[in-house]
Amino acid sequence: MSEPLIEIRGLQKIYRVGKVDVPALRGVDLDVPAGEFLAIVGPSGSGKSTLFHIIGGLTPATGGSVRIGGQDISSLSDAGRTELRKTKVGFVFQKFNLLPNLTAADNIAIARHIAGRGQTVEPEFEEVLKLLGIAQRLNHKPAALSGGEQQRVAIARAIVNHPAILLADEPTGNLDSENSAAVLDVMRDLNRRLGQTILMITHNPEAAAFAHRTVRMRDGRIA
Amino acid sequence: MTAKLVLENLKHKPMRSLLSMFLIAVPVTLILCLVGLSQGMLADSARRARGIGADIMVRPPGTSVLTLSGAPIPEKLVDLIQRKPHVALAIGMIVHPVTSVTFVSGIDLAQFNQMSGGFKYQEGGPFQGPDDLIVDEYYARQHKLHAGEHVTDVLNHRWRVSGIAEGGKLAHLSVPMRTLQDLTGNTAKVSQIFVKADRPANIPAVMAELKAFLGPAYNIYTMEEFTSLLTVENVQGGALSTFIDVMVGIGVVIGFAVVLLSMYMAVLQRTREIGILKALGASRWFILKIILAEAVVMGLGGTVVGIGLSFLARWLIQSLYPASLTQAITPIWWPIAGGISLAGVLLGALYPGLSAAAQDPIEALAYE
Repeated sequence: MSEPLIEIRGLQKIYRVGKVDVPALRGVDLDVPAGEFLAIVGPSGSGKSTLFHIIGGLTPATGGSVRIGGQDISSLSDAGRTELRKTKVGFVFQKFNLLPNLTAADNIAIARHIAGRGQTVEPEFEEVLKLLGIAQRLNHKPAALSGGEQQRVAIARAIVNHPAILLADEPTGNLDSENSAAVLDVMRDLNRRLGQTILMITHNPEAAAFAHRTVRMRDGRIA
Repeated sequence: MTAKLVLENLKHKPMRSLLSMFLIAVPVTLILCLVGLSQGMLADSARRARGIGADIMVRPPGTSVLTLSGAPIPEKLVDLIQRKPHVALAIGMIVHPVTSVTFVSGIDLAQFNQMSGGFKYQEGGPFQGPDDLIVDEYYARQHKLHAGEHVTDVLNHRWRVSGIAEGGKLAHLSVPMRTLQDLTGNTAKVSQIFVKADRPANIPAVMAELKAFLGPAYNIYTMEEFTSLLTVENVQGGALSTFIDVMVGIGVVIGFAVVLLSMYMAVLQRTREIGILKALGASRWFILKIILAEAVVMGLGGTVVGIGLSFLARWLIQSLYPASLTQAITPIWWPIAGGISLAGVLLGALYPGLSAAAQDPIEALAYE
């Protein structure tokens, strides 16, 4: 059996709040094979977002290990985590988090620019843009786009550098049901057509149903 | 792409950007106006001195190229100098301050005409009586004077404006020497003596003769020497130069403070965007570069606006105070003023830039 793309063992994260240690992750073990669409569900405070932040290189772990494609990222320096974010993961957030001053096209282009890939998207990515249904909306700034369109632009931005993992944190949390369905359809299509590995945090059981597998978190552990 | 992001960020808050540029422009304008006024007024003094037509200037003991007070030279000395070899003409002149920047000259008009070629009158003509006054075009414009009118604000004496002359010769105001001598209690005394040699080749010989005759206490200059000594560095023993340095320092501090506040505000407003960039893999240097680039654009914009405002200031000065102040446009100082403002803005942007670069991406993304 091939090695999982993501291999997490005994992952711990303790936040220091004032003089108090607050454990957010208390020993998470999780394997995610390449090409899987995984939903992570759980109540608020269960550690879902913290797990995402560590996998995405936004914060270091306190203990345990996280291997992505065989590379242990738990001991990376700040610069190492920056490189990880640039090359191996793409984020989609609940609040879309597009840069408001740039057009949709420029929001995508700046991700390529930061990754050192130039600004022009590859011809095959045009197909992805069509799949996302935003090819005609690229010259608009976020304020002129609907929530669904903004989230699809955010997805395009997240995958433009062909990351190994797409991390989606409540991607439908700010969308109505119609746009939620559209965004989830798109994510499932990306997973099926491109083999994109996707980890999605959600509170919504209907959204979780789009994934191949659902894991539940509670009190900083996989339940 | 970085340039686009920087420009879009500046365009996103146009009032903040424009206001910052304007505030950066203020010290640039101050520096350019100060330097321009210093150089302009010195150049104007040199031009007026050359307009007299003399080859040599004799100033009394205790004076410098830029300070002249009272009339301590006995008038009979003019006659003695006139008799020296190779001296074609020697004339005495009394100078008295009217304001801190305006002087009135007491002249023997016939002798002055002989040395300088005479005034060119735009209105009226030469003195007709002892209480006549010739003003130059700049003074006339500033004080809205015409030939034949009377003025009383020069030494509290009632003068009749006999003529309005083209500028560039002597002081802005000229009156008969005897009248000014009597009015200022300097009868038979002059402030300085102008000498014309019979031939330019004999100027060194006349200089040597005058130095031997008058002794080391008198300040004797060829007009070339005199005009070359009218520099910023020579004013008040270098005080003007120091003052300009102080203004330059203030310029750096203002540029620093404006950009520090502006960029600090911008970084606070854009905390979330900084988090987004970090989530995309932007390095600390990338974030710092964006903040510094914004500051540089504002610094350059402020410099351009500041240069523009210095032209506006000159136009205002020329329109309102043509006889009092002369401001030169000093392009050589544009890159210097630009460099000063850039130094200020880079210093000011450094702290907000570094704090933005050091932001925790998770906290930044959670910022509302």
